[in-house]
Amino acid sequence: MEMPQPNLDILAKKSVVVAALLKVMARDAVIDAPSETRVYECDALTAYKCAPMIVVLPTSTQEVSDVLKICQSHGVPVVPRGAGTSLAGGALPTADCVILGIAKMNNVLETDYDNRLIRVQSGRTNLSVSGAVEEENFFYAPDPSSQLACVIAGNIAMNSGGAHCLKYGVTTNNLLGVKLVMMNGEIVDIGGSHLDAGGLDLLGVICGSEGQLGVVTEATLRILPKPEGARPVLIAFDSNQVAGSCVADIIKAGVLPVAIEFMDRPIIEICENFAKAGYPECEALLIVEVEGSETEIQDQMDRINVIAQKHNPVEIRQSQSAAESEAIWLGRKSAFGAVGQVADYMCLDGTIPVSALSEVLRRIEELSQQYGLRVGNVFHAGDGNMHPLIMYDANKEGDLALCEAMGADVLRLCVEVGGCLTGEHGVGIEKRDLMENQYSAGDLEIQMAIKDVFDPSWLLNPAKVFPLAVSQSRTAA
Amino acid sequence: MEIHHPQNVAELCDIIAAAPQPLSVLGGGTRPIGQSSARCGLSTDLMSGIVTYEPGAMTLVAKSGTSVAEIEAALDLENQCLAFEPMDHRDLLGTQGIPTLGGIIAANVSGPRRIQVGAARDFTLGVSFVDGAGQLLKNGGRVMKNVTGYDLVKLLVGSWGTLGVLTEVSLKVLPKAETESTLRIATQGWEKAVECMSAVLRTPYDVSGVGTVLNVNGGKDVMIRIEGFVASVRYRVSQLTQRLVHFGDITEIESPWHEMRNLTAWKSMDTVWRVSLRPTNSLKLLKVLEASDIKLQYQMDWGGGLIWLGLDDENKQRAEDTATLHTIIQEQLTALGGHATLMKSASLTDMLVPSFQPQTPTLNKLMVDLRHKFDPRGILNPGRMY
Repeated sequence: MEMPQPNLDILAKKSVVVAALLKVMARDAVIDAPSETRVYECDALTAYKCAPMIVVLPTSTQEVSDVLKICQSHGVPVVPRGAGTSLAGGALPTADCVILGIAKMNNVLETDYDNRLIRVQSGRTNLSVSGAVEEENFFYAPDPSSQLACVIAGNIAMNSGGAHCLKYGVTTNNLLGVKLVMMNGEIVDIGGSHLDAGGLDLLGVICGSEGQLGVVTEATLRILPKPEGARPVLIAFDSNQVAGSCVADIIKAGVLPVAIEFMDRPIIEICENFAKAGYPECEALLIVEVEGSETEIQDQMDRINVIAQKHNPVEIRQSQSAAESEAIWLGRKSAFGAVGQVADYMCLDGTIPVSALSEVLRRIEELSQQYGLRVGNVFHAGDGNMHPLIMYDANKEGDLALCEAMGADVLRLCVEVGGCLTGEHGVGIEKRDLMENQYSAGDLEIQMAIKDVFDPSWLLNPAKVFPLAVSQSRTAA
Repeated sequence: MEIHHPQNVAELCDIIAAAPQPLSVLGGGTRPIGQSSARCGLSTDLMSGIVTYEPGAMTLVAKSGTSVAEIEAALDLENQCLAFEPMDHRDLLGTQGIPTLGGIIAANVSGPRRIQVGAARDFTLGVSFVDGAGQLLKNGGRVMKNVTGYDLVKLLVGSWGTLGVLTEVSLKVLPKAETESTLRIATQGWEKAVECMSAVLRTPYDVSGVGTVLNVNGGKDVMIRIEGFVASVRYRVSQLTQRLVHFGDITEIESPWHEMRNLTAWKSMDTVWRVSLRPTNSLKLLKVLEASDIKLQYQMDWGGGLIWLGLDDENKQRAEDTATLHTIIQEQLTALGGHATLMKSASLTDMLVPSFQPQTPTLNKLMVDLRHKFDPRGILNPGRMY
């Protein structure tokens, strides 16, 4: 992965920048010793590493503003960082950057059940947002699998989804307002506690802009009353194709489950060895979760049962208790950890039209043969968001490059069948160089023009999202 | 006014690239909200047709000039719908013409179900559009989850044709509910009505509409819509009835949601505003408005988060006084957080007031700068939004 050469002039004035930062921040909030900055050398895409020049950990919006002003005046790039759980390298530092870590800002500022919203500092973890409203039986819907660790700032930057977004939507559908600090230090409130924008929908473009337009320090989020209950059903099939058509039939029948998860044979086997969830012997399985009262759940389960039976399932296992629900989810929830036990892996995130599911799975299998790398598929089938896990050996020379090449082929395939490069992880550096497969030069130019408005000197989160050659004329200036 | 009707994207690009003067961008011309200073029209009405519809993937792609009726008919055959329930503005605004897909997307038009499932913006998966230089661009796609690059889809939705002329839109669609039921609760006064609406939305029963209707009992009774499978709707109706009984008498009534969505009873209003705000702040706004001598009509939707304000013929004011009231309403919304849009006004016809909520200087600068990137010559719908 190509990254820009560090700017030697900036590295040369490191001590000047540190001194300026110390004027506005406490000593322990500025980290500049190389042994300590190394902690921030990567995010969850661990294949790429680069220690930053300086790390700052602000505790207020004003401090964030002060830091950005200082960095702007010295021309220092800034990489915003939430919890560092990006799978796309969204928080990968450059050697000449300041990492702006938001994790210390994690307070709840306001909860308002009558208006169904919560306002938090953006360093708060996703799961603890739900935790803060649990006693009133509310929850925050977007649930990325890293929700125990990941923070709202990163969720907004990447427009994170999760298993339950088939019903509840992703971050952008659950975000009412943000406090944004722009690169020039200006603090601006966008949106608020009402629905839909007055004027252009700036909130919509901030969400998913990968920390390149500004730093979000506060967010107003929609919260929802918890459903009375939820239960999954596990349905096993003897082919991926049949599982795929069952998904389409469930949707067409008007049942809208909160989640439809898909696992293929390689993943089922790895998960079974790891978690011993007791999954059946099969080629593909679906976990379908429905919500409501006991009778409502049973009614939906019955409808799904009728549809599934038409596809000759190997087995249907309806959960009847909390313990059975847990067992059904156990394998799925441990999938990434389980694969991590047997190999290094790269997790892709392309989204495809659901109708192309079986064709794409077949062609991924062909690519797997061709590259000689194992692939497992575990993903959100209801919305076509694939997660092929390509397994490789980081210690074997050339294997990472092989894996990257195969990953690129899979993502090009997703675009070819009418899908996209990334459904919920973001572009980061990982998919940066594939952007031209999905977008024309003009399509990319208008996106870069948005950044020109918010961050004219292109200092925020450099070398992400746009291919380096495409953005070169702007970053060279 | 001369109006261009391009037949295809190539013609549209040529017209915009060669346009010597500003263009007023139209779909079916049924939502003339705000004032465009353009003297020449550009309609997408001939660029029409459904491109792909995959019921099993819950996605539909259509050209922007496709009529909403054609899309709804196609969805109906598969028992699906536009879940955000776009309002038809013709009754309220007294307009003719055929509402188009491009129109509802450009204006981010959503109905009562917005409170449950989201707005037009939340159901738009991708857009193709021609910018102010005559260049065809796209963003998003036709899949349900997509975070590839910046989300310009949201920016284009609700931009009223000021950033580009939509040529094609991909939508997420949803299954139609098997059945629906409406409860009417005879709450006493606005305070109780708003309290009741909040209480409804704090239950786990996932209601698909909460509001009031002008012509029912002084307009302060709360209407609740429950949709879903038959057994589920029966269950939820009975649970809600038990929980809400202390707010007043509860009866099950015929569906008022067509009226709630399209404001058919507001046809003869002289002046109408649409206000979006934090739901419980609706009481603060009402308090200010009730303190003046001018009698306004009210209808609430989205659990109090959307308020329609109307001056009927009997209470209409001189132009100057209506303009003053308009300023007061928008100032209140600046203070409370939210926005007010002037939808129509017979008495204000000859006065220039900002129909859309004025923005703070910082936000305004961002919006003007963004607009300049999309349309450097400023020829797309100048004056419509700003």
